[in-house]
Amino acid sequence: MRRGFTLLALATALLLSFALYEALIAAPTEQTMGDVQRIFYYHVPSAWTAFVLFLINFVSSIVYLIRRNPKADILALVSAEVGVVFCTVVIVTGPIWARPVWGIWWAPGDIRLTTTLVLWLIYISYLILRRMSTGGRTPVIAAVVAIFGALDVPLVYFSIWFFRTQHPSPVIGGGGSLDPRMAHVLLINWAAFLCLAWLLSWVRYELEVAKRRVDEAQAMESLQESSR
Amino acid sequence: MNSMHYLYAAYIATWLIHGSYLTILVRKYARVRREMERLRK
Repeated sequence: MRRGFTLLALATALLLSFALYEALIAAPTEQTMGDVQRIFYYHVPSAWTAFVLFLINFVSSIVYLIRRNPKADILALVSAEVGVVFCTVVIVTGPIWARPVWGIWWAPGDIRLTTTLVLWLIYISYLILRRMSTGGRTPVIAAVVAIFGALDVPLVYFSIWFFRTQHPSPVIGGGGSLDPRMAHVLLINWAAFLCLAWLLSWVRYELEVAKRRVDEAQAMESLQESSR
Repeated sequence: MNSMHYLYAAYIATWLIHGSYLTILVRKYARVRREMERLRK
């Protein structure tokens, strides 16, 4: 287990370094936007990674509602939390890219930007619910919230397919075209971010398991003290 | 501001976000381990 973790950490560090080199140096410079377009190699893979994590959260929540399996509940919590981290990267890097290209930090009313912000707020609310609520029904309520929250993911993804927005059209699928060398760098960066997400989720999962054990032991300790 | 500054800002912000999250996890893990050791005694 520990060996597997060390191997994953090493592979992630190597892959992230290589992906950074590919994004900043090896990838061709885009003709219209210039070097600032290289934000794309962090912005898009972070969004895709967040979508994968929210999908895991959605499936785990359904599994928890059906089987009441605590491992599914932990996986739902972990995937939502790490997903929010990646979604935060998207929300932060988007405006930094928009400012030099569009001349504005944010396009109010733009469907892609608005649905992404709503998605981020939904999962922030989910995490607040999990942290603040202490009742035994919390995992069930959280699972229901997660299932409804996940409905926003396809809305975010397909918004640029069906609506005219300030945000660019899809670069892969949906009629978009991307230079094969850029697509290659994009996929390397996505692989690196997926490994990072896996690593962070692993750490967070182990932490949650340990935290629940401590909570149980503390509850037992309190019971023993009150019965004396 | 030069467009390269925006590029660096985006990359630095990404690593700051991931680094901050990792720091939070490490601190929480240290706290849980301390509590585990206290309960073992």
